Amino acid sequence: MSDISKSIQPAPSVALGLLKALKSFALLRESWVGMIGVGLVAFWLLVALLAPLVAPFEPNAQLQPMAKPGTAFAAGGSFWLGTDQLGRDVLSRIIWGSRTVLVYAPLATFCAYVVGIVMGLAAGYYRGWIDEVLSFVANAILSFPVLVLYVLVISTIGPSGLNIVIAITFASAPGIMRIVRGLVLDLRNRDYVAAAQTRGEPGWYIMLIEILPNARGPLIVDACLRLGYVVITIGVLGFLGLGLPPPDPDWGGMINFSRPFVQIMPHMVIFPCIAISSLVLGFNLLADGLREISLRD
Amino acid sequence: MKIDTRTPLLEIKNLGISYYTRAGEIPAVKDFSLTLRPGESVGLVGESGCGKSTVAMGIMQYLGRNGGIVGGQIKFKGRDLATLGGGELRDLRGGEISMIYQEPMAALNPSLTVATQLMEVPLVHEGVSTEEARERSLRMLADVHIPDPERVMASYPHQLSGGQQQRVVISMALLSNPSLLLLDEPTTALDVTVEAGIVGLIAEISRKFGTAQLYISHNLGLILDTCDRVCVMYSGEVVEEGTVHDVFSQPRHPYTRGLFDCIPLPTADKNARPLIPIRGQLPLPHRRPRGCNFGPRCDHFREGACDAGAVRMEAVHEDGIGQRVRCVRWRDIRFTERNGGEAIRERAEAGDIVLHVDEMQKYYPVDDRSLKALLTGRTRRWVKANESLNFRARHSETVAIVGESGCGKSTFAKVLMGLENCTGGKIRFHGQDIGQVAVQDRTAEQLSAVQMVFQNPNDTLNPSLTVGQQIGRVVRKFGVERDSRKVRERVLRLLDIVKLPRDFIHRRPRQLSGGQKQRVGIARAFAGNPALVVADEPVSALDVSVQAAVTELLMDIQREHGTTLLFISHDLSVVRYLADRIVVMYLGQIMERGHTRDVFDPPYHPYTEALLSAVPIADPNVDKREIILDGTLPSAVDPPRGCPFHTRCPRKLGKICENERPPQHQAGSDHVIACHIPLEELRRVDPVIQLRPPPDDVKMPSPVA
Amino acid sequence: MALFILKRLGNMALIMVLVSLAIFLLLELTPGSVATKVLGPYSSEEQRQIWLETHGYLEPLWVRYFNWLSNFVQGEFGDSIRFKVPVAEVLWPRLWNTVVLGFWTFAIIIPVSLVLGVLAGMREGALLDRSISVTSIITTSVPEFASAVFFSALFVFGLKWLPGTSTMNEGFDPLQLVLPVLVLVVYDFGYVTRMTRASMAEVMTTQYIRTAVLKGLPYRRVILKHALRNALIAPFTIVMLQINWLLSGVIVVEFAFAYKGFGALLLEAALNQDIYVIEACAMVAVFVAAATQTLADIGYTYLNPRIRFS
Repeated sequence: MSDISKSIQPAPSVALGLLKALKSFALLRESWVGMIGVGLVAFWLLVALLAPLVAPFEPNAQLQPMAKPGTAFAAGGSFWLGTDQLGRDVLSRIIWGSRTVLVYAPLATFCAYVVGIVMGLAAGYYRGWIDEVLSFVANAILSFPVLVLYVLVISTIGPSGLNIVIAITFASAPGIMRIVRGLVLDLRNRDYVAAAQTRGEPGWYIMLIEILPNARGPLIVDACLRLGYVVITIGVLGFLGLGLPPPDPDWGGMINFSRPFVQIMPHMVIFPCIAISSLVLGFNLLADGLREISLRD
Repeated sequence: MKIDTRTPLLEIKNLGISYYTRAGEIPAVKDFSLTLRPGESVGLVGESGCGKSTVAMGIMQYLGRNGGIVGGQIKFKGRDLATLGGGELRDLRGGEISMIYQEPMAALNPSLTVATQLMEVPLVHEGVSTEEARERSLRMLADVHIPDPERVMASYPHQLSGGQQQRVVISMALLSNPSLLLLDEPTTALDVTVEAGIVGLIAEISRKFGTAQLYISHNLGLILDTCDRVCVMYSGEVVEEGTVHDVFSQPRHPYTRGLFDCIPLPTADKNARPLIPIRGQLPLPHRRPRGCNFGPRCDHFREGACDAGAVRMEAVHEDGIGQRVRCVRWRDIRFTERNGGEAIRERAEAGDIVLHVDEMQKYYPVDDRSLKALLTGRTRRWVKANESLNFRARHSETVAIVGESGCGKSTFAKVLMGLENCTGGKIRFHGQDIGQVAVQDRTAEQLSAVQMVFQNPNDTLNPSLTVGQQIGRVVRKFGVERDSRKVRERVLRLLDIVKLPRDFIHRRPRQLSGGQKQRVGIARAFAGNPALVVADEPVSALDVSVQAAVTELLMDIQREHGTTLLFISHDLSVVRYLADRIVVMYLGQIMERGHTRDVFDPPYHPYTEALLSAVPIADPNVDKREIILDGTLPSAVDPPRGCPFHTRCPRKLGKICENERPPQHQAGSDHVIACHIPLEELRRVDPVIQLRPPPDDVKMPSPVA
Repeated sequence: MALFILKRLGNMALIMVLVSLAIFLLLELTPGSVATKVLGPYSSEEQRQIWLETHGYLEPLWVRYFNWLSNFVQGEFGDSIRFKVPVAEVLWPRLWNTVVLGFWTFAIIIPVSLVLGVLAGMREGALLDRSISVTSIITTSVPEFASAVFFSALFVFGLKWLPGTSTMNEGFDPLQLVLPVLVLVVYDFGYVTRMTRASMAEVMTTQYIRTAVLKGLPYRRVILKHALRNALIAPFTIVMLQINWLLSGVIVVEFAFAYKGFGALLLEAALNQDIYVIEACAMVAVFVAAATQTLADIGYTYLNPRIRFS
């Protein structure tokens, strides 16, 4: 008895977690679409992390206005992607701009998920009037065309990083709530939930331990898609002049700022456009790969 | 049944079908041969995953993009099906070969009317006029005994009951007057009394139209009732074939024999004839053993012989026709009387009454939001899920609650567990009324005393937690042990009790088979030392060979712990086998209750009688009176007044049944029948099931090889 | 069914009330700021006080809300600060321009996405399916402003086929409509295609499609009669909901191409704090979105016999 129980030690959870991550990565490798997504996202993550090392110039330094791509700078180095009308290096601004987007997009998505999951769990598990009130509020928010909502909110509370996070949370949480609620409505009828109820588990335990972990598959896929969409949103807000206040680099803001010169100096605008599109594509392909995997099991 | 011995209708030779997956080629069917003559019915029987449905799809040449025929030949009326072109194949499908499916609701298109779906068969296959197609469809609906065919034609599938949907599918299959009918588990999704009607209809069809049938089922009893010959499949291969009589009275293959030992027959009970489970489980298709697929589970396995190489089918009789078996040792094996059935158990003594259910009611309000209801002001209606339930359960006793779907048996379980509150009456457990105490208001003691085993193995365990975490949580929650080392020991001991390897403690449900999951569910239910366990159809989703093992396990643990077991089931055979007492429910009310032997012998409630008759029995030495119920189960919203069974009762007396609640006859000690028919009259009916004395040449159940 | 429609309409009315309250509170909670916006930052405290009195802004909040709402329902949205005319005079022509833009967008998206989606979903995993799916992922990944830049670079500055702005200053010019419509179509058709594909693919795996095939029906009939009927129920709702999306999309596209539509109006008003125009635009946008949502719900119920006859 004792020797057997000794031989079955609980496996170290860290190693197990690592193993699982490796396994899902191995699965993803079979989907080339998903692998391209991983590559694109990983590329931008690295760029953002290593921004001070890889950026050739200070992002806000005004060096040489309107330089074409490939122009050599007198003080050394080259403007590989040219400069904007204030003489700031486009490549460096794109590199530093990736930091902005990769900080605010995940942060906003995370906040939206926390709010959406709490609302969705409460609505789906408790049903009744809680569900009715939450669903009604969600429907009211969702009936706004989303950009109308952003324009309305940001123009009232003013453009800033924090306000963008607040606005995105406010506008996205209802959608997440709907998804979570739908999943919970399905999962709450499972027998293991009934088993937990019949042993007197409290509501929070059932929601967090018995239900939420089993809803993770569709939620992870949705989170990837939503990350891509939030990147677009941040870009659009910058493009419309409602984004982060200048001068710090922000892809949408760069496009908005240099737009008047698009005809003569298209590089100032096209490269940030490519940057944002590739990052969004990365998230979308990743989501597609993950969905393919989740359908297989 | 007229068997035409001229040219065979369907000839399958050495058929092999494989599916291609990421893991590579997976053979689903190997070396399958079958000859079917016009008008003949052949049964294809086996557990899930044995390849029986794949054979049907192979005949239809419909294997999906990842499946394909890898060997052998299928000939239909002399034509090789592999050589058919698209047009010829379409003429064949639905024209000469038709199919009937397991789930009629899913098989019918939800957004087309029955008329559209029926009429297109003659329209496409024979190019008849619309009027003619309509005429034929109506006639066919009448032929399958659908009342009011005009109304059904105009309906959408979801507006019909399950039985009616299946009749529509059958008439759709027959409209082109096919010469072969493939039936893929046609009654598995239906209630047992509805099943009886469909089985009767299928038999009638083969008489009336002379259609040959390939009847696929996991239920040996159904095959016995419907077929002339039978093929038993295991893991992609036919292991035995022959006439129904030969195979059922003298099974030669150890697997066939094992199957018979796994099924509870309504002629036997748990103490006299315990089930003998087949050990182990079905091999995964890509991990089949070398040699005989059944080898690792077989008691007669002999190294060097059984695992030497592919095993061929051999004729049992010298003339080479008739029974054939795929076993190298069939000549040597002598099945003993009770093959390994040493354990004849003592009957457990029932103790004091622990559970009193008195006049218990559970009504659900339904808000009718239709315009008519709003205008008449009758917006609130009631589903009477349970009406005046009365019964008792004693210490270490097994009480079975039997009934078809919608009879309220699961509602009762929910109320007992505290997931719902009862609307009226009392449920007293050890003297305390718990009927109105919701689960969150119950004391830890009350909670741990009543636990439940659930039906669906894939649903019973949380997929995100390990087995150890899930059982350990119960141990801790109910304060059996607190110290984590002791909790762990307790969990390991529980795994021992349910006969699972100890290293399963780290496994997740995904890594377990259905039977193993149910064992974990049982371990979880017993982890807090409950006094009462409710088992809601705990084995009905499992394969026959696994069912027996889980049933036996549940009973062993119950006996050892002196637990009261409330066993909820639709299956009278299982119930007869394991229950001490039985409660028969219909539409929320108890029709009859009593000791098992009393319920299975006259006097019966007319519903019990019909239920007994409806259960297919896999024993050729049993005679059964045939009682087929008309109509469908009425809705539990505003159920019929008077006796709820009067709308379908073959023994209905008249107005009194419609208007007055039936009296409770005391037919014996603890045997109550709720019926208007006087007890003396009920006593006069013959038993539904009778054992026929076995003929001299065949001694059942001890076939001699 | 009639009751269901009434319920949906009631629900929509309730949502409109809630939304109007939210918009009102967001923009007019403090009367002082409204006066500042209307009279400009250089107005004196006295001027503002007089303006507040004459425009009824000293009433309690709820009285102001009901006055505001009743004016709104009657179509009196107040005066635009920037254009110095009643809001309605600017709003309706601008809305009409957006309707024209939206009409052409949908006229292309609906057939293209439905056909592509059905083709892809018919044979899941086939080469055609994979190409359509990947293409639609790529096109939905390019934000509207980015594709506006790419298409301008190609068709305006590179090939010089199309005009770069869509101001319509010299009367209506269909050529000027091409780029805005193209950008909207490219961004959105992928989404509708993928939804249609998913719906079609799901239907193709159902047992009733197997029944239809094994009945010996010709493939065309299986697809047209049995599959499409069920597979197009979900895309119907999706297409209706794209009107909501379109109201977002036009803000970017109209801004990018200087098209004088509803979205550009809302954006200019927001950037200039033209408060009554913002209110009117927001209310109109939400009304259109809520109305299409309600229509989608009713239509879905009507198309689905399982719900219609229950």
